[in-house]
Formats: sequence, C-alpha cells, structure tokens
Amino acid sequence: MENKLPRIEIIEKYCKGCAICAEYCPTQVLEMRGFVVAVKNLEACTKCMQCELRCPDFAIKVFAE
Amino acid sequence: MSYDYEKWIRPGKLPHIWCPGCGHGIVMKGLIRAFDTLGFKKENTCIVSGIGCASRLPGYIDCCTLHTAHGRAAAFATGVKMARPEMDVICVGGDGDGCAIGGNHFIHMCRRNIDMTYIVMNNKIYGMTGGQFSSSTPTGAKASTTPYGNPDPAFDIAKLAIGAGATFVARGTAFHATQIDKLIVEAVQHKGMSVVEILDDCPTTYGRRNKFKSVVEMMNNLKETTVPVKAAEKMTPEQLQGKVLTGVLYKEEGRSDYTTEYAKVIERAQAAKK
Repeated sequence: MENKLPRIEIIEKYCKGCAICAEYCPTQVLEMRGFVVAVKNLEACTKCMQCELRCPDFAIKVFAE
Repeated sequence: MSYDYEKWIRPGKLPHIWCPGCGHGIVMKGLIRAFDTLGFKKENTCIVSGIGCASRLPGYIDCCTLHTAHGRAAAFATGVKMARPEMDVICVGGDGDGCAIGGNHFIHMCRRNIDMTYIVMNNKIYGMTGGQFSSSTPTGAKASTTPYGNPDPAFDIAKLAIGAGATFVARGTAFHATQIDKLIVEAVQHKGMSVVEILDDCPTTYGRRNKFKSVVEMMNNLKETTVPVKAAEKMTPEQLQGKVLTGVLYKEEGRSDYTTEYAKVIERAQAAKK
C-alpha cells in the first residue's frame, strides 16, 4: 500500500512563533526558523495532528488522505 | 483531514490579539469543535463575555455575541437567557473578570441554576491590564502589584462554583486539548448551570515574572500539576499534594433550572390576573 505524504500548510501571517507545535511533535517534523515554524522533515510525519490541535494561532493545518 | 475551524471564525479577524503561546487560542479551538459536535446553529448560539484577554474571544467567533462591561458577563447572559430561553448561551471570561470583579454575579448565577455554561479561562493573572495579581494567583507568585510574592491564598474556582450551587462543574487545561471540547459538550448538554474552569497559561505577564523560561515549560507545568479525577481515586493524599484535579468534578441531576421555574411564575401570575 502506498503511504501518501500529508501536506502541512503553515500560514506564516498567523504564526507567532510560540514553538508549541515543534515541541510537541512526536517525530520532530517541524522546526523553528526565527519566529516562524517550518517543515523540516515531512517524511517522518505520522499525521497525528498534534500540531494542528495545539496551535493557538490557527496557523498550521495538516491535510492527510 | 484538517479541521475546518474557519466556518466559525469571522472573516478577516485572524490573526488574533493573544500573545505567542497564550492558551486562549487552544480553548477557542476546543469551543469551535464542541459547537460542531453539538450541531449548534450560528443564529441560535450566543456567546457573552466581559472585559479581558479571554473576553476577546466572542469577537472572533461568527455567531450572536455580546461583549459587555467588566465582570458583568454573567448578568448580561442571564438577561439573554431570560429573554430567549431557547437560545444556547455560553459565557466566557478570565479568572479576574469572572471571579474577582464579577465574583458577585458569578456566585448568584450559580445559585440560580440557569441553564447555561460559563467557561472560565484561568490564567492566574490580569493579563490585559499589565499583570496585576487576581483572586486566583497562587500564594507566593509574583505579579506587577506583588513584586515580593502574593500574600493571599488563591480561589479554587471549581469549589466556589460547587459551593454557590452550580449543578455541573468541570476542570480542564490548555495542555489537554482534546479534553476541552469533551468537557464543553458535556457542560452544554447538562440542564442547569455548568461551569468549566480551564487552566491556562499567560507567558507574557505571569510566566516571565515567575521564572518560566518558555511557553512549553508553562504547558508542561500544566501537565505535571494536574491529575485526572479517576486516577486521583487510586492515589494517596501524599501523592496528591500540590496537584489539581481535572475532569468532571461535580454533577447534580434533577434540580429544576431557573428558566423553567420562572415560566411557572409567569403562568401563576397570568392565572391570578384572570
């Protein structure tokens, strides 16, 4: 079965750089670049949606099939 | 699949004013998920708030909203509920707004057992006005008005609500994000006064003064200092020292709510007139 990668959308205008998403990501997919979060290693994403759930700023969305 | 929060957000209102890492955004997400679970309609939902950081929440949510005077959210919400008993009324506010400045309204709202829900976002400080200590600031904590430590003991908001007569009282935290919407759903479904206290973080005015190095440290602190009610049953008093219980703390069924009782009064008055 083909394991399709999710699409992680970061709305940079909304992100305030609190780093909650990067810290609670269990597979370290996200990293902080200055005051904005960025995707570092998409292949490791398990689509657990913890980042989307915890982001207080509505800045991160995970689209998974 | 990504959760569609935007359908409940007023267009063009984001990004919100809350500071980086403030838990109010997480609570707002939980509230939106709860609305979807409950199948709420925008025209039949009313959110009422007072003044403060947490009270800015109704400005972002696209339904009937009321932003009122400091501490008076409970009074205005009672009015909305009495005028339109079929409406789903939800009060939101912070600890300072709800339990210090609006403490009087809060206890009487609980006493009357009005069929609505009050969500208290307890960040233990007055954030918007510059970090003055509130009624729920822990003893010894530093605030802009208590630079040498707070001498006062803190309110236990959940116990206050139980004592005042609320029939459903629950407590969650901004760290336990999935629990927030479940508690709100249960609170709204309960017929009678429901109070949900959500322990929150204020990294800007509380965290910096009280030696929290980052937002994540504050979030971890919420995780470490709380214990679910069911787990606490198996723990010894020594293990529970300094811990705060989360989950549904109190539920009382069978007590008639205020709008039902008031409808009876109207009926009696009209019968007497004839």
